[in-house]
Amino acid sequence: MAKKEKESVKQTDDFVEEKEYSILNLGPTHPATHGIFQNVLKMDGEIIHEATPTVGYIHRAFEKLAERRPYAQITTLTDRLNYCSSPINNMGWHMTVEKLIGAKLPKRVEYMRVIVMELSRIADHLICNSVIGVDTGAMTGFLYIFQWREKIYDIYESICGARLTTNMGRIGGFEREWPQKTWDLIDSFLKNYPKALQEFANLLERNKIFMDRTINCGPISAEMALNYSFTGPNLRAAGVDYDVRVATPYSSYEDFNFTVPIGTSGDTYDRFMVRQEEMYQSMDIIKQAIKNMPKEGGFHADVPDFYLPPKEEVYNNMEALIYHFKIVMGETDVPKGEIYHSVEGGNGELGFYLQSDGGRTPFRLHFRRPCFIYYQAYPEMIKGSMLSDAIITMSSMNVIAGELDA
Amino acid sequence: MSQDLLNKLTESINQNVAGAIEKAELPYDFATFTIHKDHIHEVLEFLRSDKDWNFHFLTDLTGFQTADEKQLGVVYHLHNMMKNIRVRIKTHFDINKPEIPTATDIWPGANWMERETYDFYGVKFKGHPNLKRILNVDEMDIFPLRKEYPLEDQQREDKSDKMFGR
Repeated sequence: MAKKEKESVKQTDDFVEEKEYSILNLGPTHPATHGIFQNVLKMDGEIIHEATPTVGYIHRAFEKLAERRPYAQITTLTDRLNYCSSPINNMGWHMTVEKLIGAKLPKRVEYMRVIVMELSRIADHLICNSVIGVDTGAMTGFLYIFQWREKIYDIYESICGARLTTNMGRIGGFEREWPQKTWDLIDSFLKNYPKALQEFANLLERNKIFMDRTINCGPISAEMALNYSFTGPNLRAAGVDYDVRVATPYSSYEDFNFTVPIGTSGDTYDRFMVRQEEMYQSMDIIKQAIKNMPKEGGFHADVPDFYLPPKEEVYNNMEALIYHFKIVMGETDVPKGEIYHSVEGGNGELGFYLQSDGGRTPFRLHFRRPCFIYYQAYPEMIKGSMLSDAIITMSSMNVIAGELDA
Repeated sequence: MSQDLLNKLTESINQNVAGAIEKAELPYDFATFTIHKDHIHEVLEFLRSDKDWNFHFLTDLTGFQTADEKQLGVVYHLHNMMKNIRVRIKTHFDINKPEIPTATDIWPGANWMERETYDFYGVKFKGHPNLKRILNVDEMDIFPLRKEYPLEDQQREDKSDKMFGR
């Protein structure tokens, strides 16, 4: 009897060694991945044994295109990186060029940029957080909060006329003075959004089902996050208080008072909570910017070589006509130089590495895209977890296909 | 970064890896070192492991082509978050023999960034665990960001770029 038992144990051992894994293609187009990502998963039942991501499905060669475009025309390419927060990308690019040409901006323009960047941070975070809700089975929060993104897009629309791919601002400032309507829309947004956000938080933050689903799901330690060059909310959720706005302030961020929320375990719930708190901080920054907004200063810097003159002057003034022609044809000279400028994007440190040889276009332009860099840790984060956890890990990492593939 | 700090860093690199620095400069207040390609791995390892400098974070890694188009280069942006110092490390090598040691053993995050650099410039990172194309299709047989591949088809006759093209 005892002997038989031993044999049967041995048999099961053999069985384990010969275990077959099933291969599952998650994507490229799958409704749960919110973008074009493919992951070839090696599954043991419902447990993920190994994942191999394939990226590049919407690669559009932005870096090559940028080598042929005059500086002002590259803004449209940056729109399409992280399309959930295009104004941050636009402003980041303008600031890079302004750093290269040494333009000094009026405080007022910098404050206006801060307002617009923080608004787009809110838009970015609210999409990501509500999508975590959708993937855990809570559609209500998403439907409820999504109309507030529309209200932010109304604000963009009143500033620049576009909603999603904004192409907002120019090198040296904004294209025109913000109309009164913009300020009214911002005021009403700031007044009403906290209530909506609170209701959204009530639906999810202390919801037992949501907490059970997200706590300890796709965690990453601070050390591993740093090794994998994580930035943004994902790094802060792991407990590292690195924020580009604080570390290397740009656009007068040093004038503002705000806290950098951090998490502890770097799991999906922490990432969700960090984004929630950042939205409140962003609203606070916008309030400070409106309150301390200088009355004087106009809406652009005095850089006639790069900033288009007003139309009346183009028709009536020789110099303005020359400048207009040179800018439109992209014939202005820039200094030779090498620049790295980074801004805190919606999902991490968005960097622009620019080599200029003095020509009309960049000699080399590299976008440091945060989600391209941190997405490589995804296979390690989902290893050994359930398939459904892999889905919410991805949505909580805020991987945007446009930025991933550039 | 100030000139003082740059001098200090130059000195400590020179002490630990002799003859590695080809050029040390400070364009737009950003410490930039050009390192000889034979010493690049030693220098990166030193910057990562040294207790004082401790550049523990690889912000960015990318390739470029030099202006004479005969050489390729790789540029690393390193960051010490505690002291908030950034440094740029550049190296360059012949375009016909684009080989350089990998940095994945120092920063695991260099993995995809090196694959991207290989994909676009054909830089072979020796010791990389999985060096294959990442954004372009596997069947591609050129390295598209090299200057020898112009963006537009040069055979086109309907469009003259004499005035405004690069």
